[in-house]
Amino acid sequence: MDKFFRWLFGNQQQTQVQTQDMVNTAPLSEQQLQSIVSNHNPRIELQQLVASCGQSVGKQRELNEDSLLALTSTMAGNSGNLPFGLYIVADGMGGHQFGELASNAAIRCVASHVLRKFHPYLFNVKSDTIEESFQEIMQAAVGDAQRVIQKEAPGSGTTLTAALVVGQQITVAHVGDSRAYFIYPDGRIEPITRDHSLVKRLEELGHITPEEAANYPHRNVLYRALGQGEILEPDIFTVGFPQPGHLLLCSDGLWGVITENELARAVNEAPTLHRACQNLVNAANAAGGPDNISVVLVQLIG
Amino acid sequence: MGSVYRARDMHFPNVTKLVAVKEMINTAPDPLVRETIVQNFEREANLLATLHHASIPRIYDYFSIESRSYLVLEFIHGKDMEAIITESKSFLPEDQVLSWAIELCDVLDYLHKHRPDPIIFRDMKPSNVMINNNGDIMLIDFGIAKTFQSGIKGTMIGTEGYSPPEQYRGEATPSADIYAMGATIHHALTRRDPRLEPPFSFAERPMRRINPLVSAEMEAVVNMALEYNPESRFRTAADMKQALTTVARKTGALVRMASGPQTGPVNKSGIKPLWSFKCEDEIRGTPTIFQGTLYVGSYDNNLYALNAADGKFQWKYPTEGGVVSRPAIVDGNIFFGSEDNRLHVVSARSGKVVWTYYTDGPIRSSPRIAEGHIFIGSDDRFLHAINLNSGRTVWKFETPAPLRSTPFVANNMVYAGCESGDFYAVDFRGELKWRFHAKRAITSSPTGTDQALFFTSVDNTLYCLDPRNGWVIWRFRLGKASISSPCTVDDLVFTGASDGFIYAVETRSSKEVWRFRTEHQVNGSPIVYKDSLYCGSVDGNLYCLEYRTGRLRWKFGTEAAITGTPLAYDDIVYVGSTDHQVYALLA
Repeated sequence: MDKFFRWLFGNQQQTQVQTQDMVNTAPLSEQQLQSIVSNHNPRIELQQLVASCGQSVGKQRELNEDSLLALTSTMAGNSGNLPFGLYIVADGMGGHQFGELASNAAIRCVASHVLRKFHPYLFNVKSDTIEESFQEIMQAAVGDAQRVIQKEAPGSGTTLTAALVVGQQITVAHVGDSRAYFIYPDGRIEPITRDHSLVKRLEELGHITPEEAANYPHRNVLYRALGQGEILEPDIFTVGFPQPGHLLLCSDGLWGVITENELARAVNEAPTLHRACQNLVNAANAAGGPDNISVVLVQLIG
Repeated sequence: MGSVYRARDMHFPNVTKLVAVKEMINTAPDPLVRETIVQNFEREANLLATLHHASIPRIYDYFSIESRSYLVLEFIHGKDMEAIITESKSFLPEDQVLSWAIELCDVLDYLHKHRPDPIIFRDMKPSNVMINNNGDIMLIDFGIAKTFQSGIKGTMIGTEGYSPPEQYRGEATPSADIYAMGATIHHALTRRDPRLEPPFSFAERPMRRINPLVSAEMEAVVNMALEYNPESRFRTAADMKQALTTVARKTGALVRMASGPQTGPVNKSGIKPLWSFKCEDEIRGTPTIFQGTLYVGSYDNNLYALNAADGKFQWKYPTEGGVVSRPAIVDGNIFFGSEDNRLHVVSARSGKVVWTYYTDGPIRSSPRIAEGHIFIGSDDRFLHAINLNSGRTVWKFETPAPLRSTPFVANNMVYAGCESGDFYAVDFRGELKWRFHAKRAITSSPTGTDQALFFTSVDNTLYCLDPRNGWVIWRFRLGKASISSPCTVDDLVFTGASDGFIYAVETRSSKEVWRFRTEHQVNGSPIVYKDSLYCGSVDGNLYCLEYRTGRLRWKFGTEAAITGTPLAYDDIVYVGSTDHQVYALLA
């Protein structure tokens, strides 16, 4: 059988090589390119999420105080298959090893709260929807994390940017200065979160210019962080998934050293999500890597 | 980090002398750092022990055991100001807050005048102010605990809410305490916790806009304390105390007047309708306009056609039941339901019947016309899909209870709520795509975009659902039940509720932007036209509000409850009232 195949195809391969040698190469026309691209993009019948992530301790820190989570699945429900994803970036802070404890606890608490709520839908077929809303689930998850961090790592704090994707809705819970962006194929990039940092606030109020902000001595001061203060009001909102486009979550180790245009270019030019994440991490390190770097990149296809 | 214990001083065994013992835990791992922390603590304790002021708790003793340090303080019977603010159901009276503020300025002045170095309190906020049983204030928590916090590397966490901008740069000056003092008064009088707001955003929340009972004088003092630049604030706490005392002197006489002219340029009798038309029974429904003619149903069983410009009667079409259904118009024909169980189709020009369609119950839902079909609910517990031309049933979708909500068509689906509390998404073939269940009836008619569906329920909730699958994106708690149908403009969704409020909620974050109180239930639905929101109330008024802020522009009083939805067209607002009249007003 093996021989038969080799006989069948071996000959063909040889002739192919020969013709390639003889043909003068020329750049493909736009049309040809399009047809190749469309052939290579398999038709995806059901909507689904694809995600990748990257992390680095950076060039100047000894510890990694960032934590991330990227979890992708689909739910079978009464309205067909539903993409489900939970993506979180948390950047811990505080002396000793409490920073990583805090960011880790944040991820753990938020993920376990959300997954407990969705457990019956992810692992069983249920026809009814959850009574609680996405925003209430995220609010409660952040509340859980706040309590646990105050108990397990008192005095520390962490940023939290968590995106719960169900269907085409992204529900974001956000505290601190990690960021979520939408990146569109035409190169546009749109931050969808607002930093809870002193410098951003001063900039919003017009007391300092964006140029001054970039060199502000207290760029790292947050006015809201998970684990800090008796009352915590996270930003919670729901937006539609960009189609076509990417959702990018990252810590300030990335956005602090790479401009938004460079972020968009790196995402749009990379052949795969994995490569995009790796390129972003490398670029941040090449720019000095002053802080821990975390990045999560998500796409909704089909 | 630490706790405060209530303790009894056993040096006085025959009486009960209570003291507060504050415990602070030294967590620094480095022995040298630990020692420094303990030394700092003892130095501060010694400093505090030398202070004598009625508003500063006395210090009896301090000691350290292993990694813990203790401070023994005067025990204060009372409550902290934050608890008082949170627990009170309404705004604290200005007089009350004013007298506390004067006492606080007094103690700040005492601290700032301390020699050789002024003492900066650094952490003025309601939770650090105790009100004792005599109603006097006590300043607690002198920030000694701060020396116990471990050094923080990299990203830091700043103080929240009450601190001035320069404190983030590490400067602690008397002027910083004055800013925090202003922030504390602001919080006490507005009940808006600055820790929940972006920093330095007090100017965006003027006190009198939130609490109209605050005097202009008081607002002026607080604004000055909250100036962004330290140079623009009161120079000293004594200056601020002086200003507050002046306010007290003035408002003592002016309290009533200050709260009087707060209602703004509202002139109830000043609004005159362009025209009004009276029919023989209540108008509970909503009018429709088409080619200069206004069509409106009445509980006198008729559908009226009126000239939209002057209100002149053109014709009426009699049914055998009340008409609450809002007419829909396609191809010169008017479609509307009646409590005589029928969907009536009437020529818009002549008022003559074209055809009728029977259901097995009164129709209170309004027809929605899309894709060559009429979709309408009936009390016969069916959602009917009727062929627009032939008037024949295409399909009927059965529900467990009457269907009074008006169907909404988007994304190739028909959405409708039901009195059973169920909400349905049905495709154009009449097949159920998904179902959502609220705790009580959904009489409200859904509206929305391809991203979100909005409707209210008698279960006191405004819902936002994903139109594709029925998952709940958010729920917004209303004060009471609602049958009002929401409307959306920009990033806001508006609705009424039977608690008498009209609400504006952000569609992305479900945050309340404003609420406006009417004098009775709001069962009708709001509409937005240009930059105004129009909504009727059972109190008989049609309200015109600035839709971004909820500020009242004008209101127009009718003689009975308004339960329908107004209609705005060509700068004219039309509204029906249960006083039997339909009014046309300049928008």
